Amino acid sequence: MAVCVAVIAKENYPLYIRSAPTENELKFHYMVHTSLDVVDEKISAMGKALVDQRELYLGLLYPTEDYKVYGYVTNSKVKFVMVVDSSNTALRDNEIRSMFRKLHNSYTDVMCNPFYNPGDRIQSRAFDSMVTSMMIQVC
Amino acid sequence: MEAAAGGGCGSGPPLLLSEGEQQCYSELFASCAAAGAAVGGPGSGPPEAARAVPSAATAAAGPVADLFRASQLPAETLHQITELCGAKRVGYFGPTQFYIALKLIAAAQSGLPVRIESIKCEVPLPRFLMSKTDAEIRFGNPTELHGTKVQIPYLITEKNTFKRMDDEDKQQETQSPTMSPLASPPSSPPHYQRVPLSHAYGKLRSNTEQMHPAPYEARQPLVQPEGPSSGAPGTKPPRHQASLIRSFSVEREPQDNNSNYPDEPWRITEEQREYYVNQFRSLQPDPSSFISGSVAKNFFTKSKLSIPELSYIWELSDADCDGALTLPEFCAAFHLIVARKNGYPLPEGLPPTLQTEYLQAAFPKPKRECALFDSYSESMPANQQPRDLNRMEKLSVKDMADFPVPTQDVTSDDKQGLKSTADEALPRDVSEDPATSKDSNSLKARPRSRSYSSTSIEEAMKRGEDPPTPPPRPQKTHSRASSLDLNKVFQPSVPATKSGLLPPPPALPPRPCPSQISHLRVNSKRSAQRRPPTQLPNYGDFRLQKQSEQAPEAEIHPQLNRAPSQAAESSPAKKDIPYSQPPSKPIRRKFRPENPATENQDTSTAVGGPASAATVKPHAAVQKQSSKQKKAIQTAIRKNKEANAVLARLNSELQQQLKEVHQERIALENQLEQLRPVTVL
Repeated sequence: MAVCVAVIAKENYPLYIRSAPTENELKFHYMVHTSLDVVDEKISAMGKALVDQRELYLGLLYPTEDYKVYGYVTNSKVKFVMVVDSSNTALRDNEIRSMFRKLHNSYTDVMCNPFYNPGDRIQSRAFDSMVTSMMIQVC
Repeated sequence: MEAAAGGGCGSGPPLLLSEGEQQCYSELFASCAAAGAAVGGPGSGPPEAARAVPSAATAAAGPVADLFRASQLPAETLHQITELCGAKRVGYFGPTQFYIALKLIAAAQSGLPVRIESIKCEVPLPRFLMSKTDAEIRFGNPTELHGTKVQIPYLITEKNTFKRMDDEDKQQETQSPTMSPLASPPSSPPHYQRVPLSHAYGKLRSNTEQMHPAPYEARQPLVQPEGPSSGAPGTKPPRHQASLIRSFSVEREPQDNNSNYPDEPWRITEEQREYYVNQFRSLQPDPSSFISGSVAKNFFTKSKLSIPELSYIWELSDADCDGALTLPEFCAAFHLIVARKNGYPLPEGLPPTLQTEYLQAAFPKPKRECALFDSYSESMPANQQPRDLNRMEKLSVKDMADFPVPTQDVTSDDKQGLKSTADEALPRDVSEDPATSKDSNSLKARPRSRSYSSTSIEEAMKRGEDPPTPPPRPQKTHSRASSLDLNKVFQPSVPATKSGLLPPPPALPPRPCPSQISHLRVNSKRSAQRRPPTQLPNYGDFRLQKQSEQAPEAEIHPQLNRAPSQAAESSPAKKDIPYSQPPSKPIRRKFRPENPATENQDTSTAVGGPASAATVKPHAAVQKQSSKQKKAIQTAIRKNKEANAVLARLNSELQQQLKEVHQERIALENQLEQLRPVTVL
C-alpha cells in the first residue's frame, strides 16, 4: 500500500526510511522532509490542548497529484510518515489508521529491545519485515 | 588399493578405487554391515578398514537400500545400479558389489551413464543425504540443510560427506558439555567411521573454507571422549546400529524419543539448560519471574558480540516483546549467543527447539540430574552461588576473557581437526581427546569462571534496579518560607533547652507586629519576675519606645527578622526571644550599655532609652525597673545565647539539607543526561 514509510525522531532526523525500490527514492525523501513542516503545523495547532487529548493520527498531510502523504505522531514526538500512491483505489482512512497502528506497535517492540538505543537507526529485522508487508501489499 | 574386485564379480572391469574412495566406501560398507547385523562371512575388507573395525562380509539390504535412497537418485537408476553391481546376481551385497554400487552411484550423480564401464572413471564420491547418524554432524547453513538437496559445492571437489538432515535447522552445540553419556556413540566403529569423515572434512574445509563441516569435525573429537567415558560398551553397538539405521533413513524422525541429540545445534541439552538456569538465577533469584531488559543487556554485552547481533538475538528470543526475559526466553537467548560465538550464523527465525513453549515443555523442572552433569552441578547449585561468586571474584579479571577463549580453543581445535589428513586424523583424534576433554573440562569450568564476577553481577543488579526514587520531599522542618516548620523544628529542641524557663504564653495572634512581639518578649522576660498582667502599663511604654527603634534594628538584624518574625507568630514566647527582632530590640535597648558595637546608638541613647522610659514611667519605678531590667537583661542574655545555639543548629541542619539537595540535583541531572536520546545531529 505504501510506497514510502518513514519514522522520524523527535529531533526531526530519520530513524528509518524506506521506499519502494521502483521509484526515485530521493523524491520520496524530499516529500517526507517537506511533510515534516505540515506535521509540526498540525501538532502546534492542537498543541493548545493537552497532549493526551491530541490524537495520534494526523490524517492526510497533503496530497500531490500522484501521492498522498499521511502522518501520525506518537506521544514522544516520534513521527511516522507514509506516502501512498494515489492511483490506488482510495484507501480508506481506517486502513491507513490500522497501518499506522501496526507501525506503532512494531516501533514499540523495537523500543523494548534493550540493545536499541533511542535515537539509533532502526535495524530490526522484525520491523523491516512488517514494513515490507505493508509496502508490498499493493504491488 | 584394491586392484581388482575380489569375489564373485567376474564381469566388468576391475574396480579401481582411489584411496579416498576406498576409505569412504569401506566405511559405508562397514556401517551398512554393522547396521544390518552383519552376517559372518569373509570380508575382504580393505586394509584401511581393518584399522579398528571388524569388517563385515555383507552389508544388509536394508541399510544399503536406505543408503542408496539417500543418494537421491531415481529408483530406476538405483535398480540399474544394483543390477550392474552384481548384487542381484549373487544375492547379497558383498564388499565388491557394494563398492561397485557406490561407484556407480557416484557416476550417476555426476551425470555419467550408469554402466559398468563407469566404474573405471574418475568420479567424485557419491553423495548421500542422511537424516541422522550419531556420529553426526553439525552443519552450518540452516537454509541448505532444510532441503533434501545435497550441498553441491562441497562435494564436487572431494570427499564423501554425510549430511545430516535434521528436523530442525541445524547447527549444533559445539560445546562439549553438550554431550551427555547417553548420547555418546560407541567408541570404535564410530571412531573408525569418523576417521575418514574427518579426513574428508579436513580436505573439504581446506578447500572450501566453509564453516559447516567444521562443527562436524569438532563434534567428532568432542564426541569421542564421551565414548570412553560413556556407559557400558554393551549398550553401544545396539544403539549404534539403531542410530545408523536412523542415519540412513531419509525421513524425518521424531526427536522426542531421544532427548540427547548431539547433532542439533539449536537443541539445548541438559547441561546447557542447567547452566543457563544457574545464570538466570544469578541475575534474578526467582526462576519464574523476569530479567529486565537492562540487566539482560549488561549480561549479554559481556559476551562481546556486536550490538546489532545482540539486538537481533534479543529480537529472536523475546517472544512476547515485553522487554524482559523469562527463563525460557533467557535460555533461548543464551543459547543463540553461545551458538553465535561458536561461529554459527544466526537463524532467520527462532528454531522450534528454542521456542518458549518447547523449552517449557521439554524442561519442566529447572534442575535435572545428569550423569555427566553431576560433577558440574555440584559446583553450581544455586545455594552455592556465594562460593561461585567468590571463585568468580578470583577469576574476575579474566572471567570474560575465559568466555571467548575456550570457545576459540574449541573452534581452533575444530579447524585443526579439519585440516588434518587421514593419517593424522587418527592420532589427531586421539590427541584431541585429551585436548577436547580438557576443553570440555575447561568448558565445564568455564561456566564457573564465566559467570561474570560478582562485581559485574552487582552492577547488573544495580542497573536492573529501578531508578532511584525521587528525592524525598524536603522535610517540613526547614523551608524558609514556612514559619510553622521552623516552629516544629524548634519545638522539640527548645523545650529541652528551655524546659524550666518560661511557660509558653497563650496562642499568639498571627503576624504579630513587633510591638506585640516585644510585648511577648517583655512578657516573657517579666513573667519570670511577675505575671504579665502587671506589666501592662509597661507594655505600652515599651511598645512605643520599641517601635521607634524598629527601623534601626531592622537593618541590623534583617536575617533574624525574616524567619523569626514569621515564626514568632505562633510560637511560644520563648521562641520569640531567640529570633524575633523586636524582642531583641528590648534586649538591645537594655543591652545598649552591654552591646555598644551592635548599636548605632551610643550609651547616651542607651541611657536615654531607659531614661526615656523612665521619663514615661513614674520616676519612682525607674529604680525598680533598672534592677528588673538587669535581671531581664540577664535572662535575655541567656535566652539569646540559647537562641544563638538553636539558630546555629538550625543553620547547620539547613546547610546539610542544602548539600543533600545539591547532591540529589546532581544525580538527577546525570540521570537526565543518560536518558536523553542521543541526537544524531
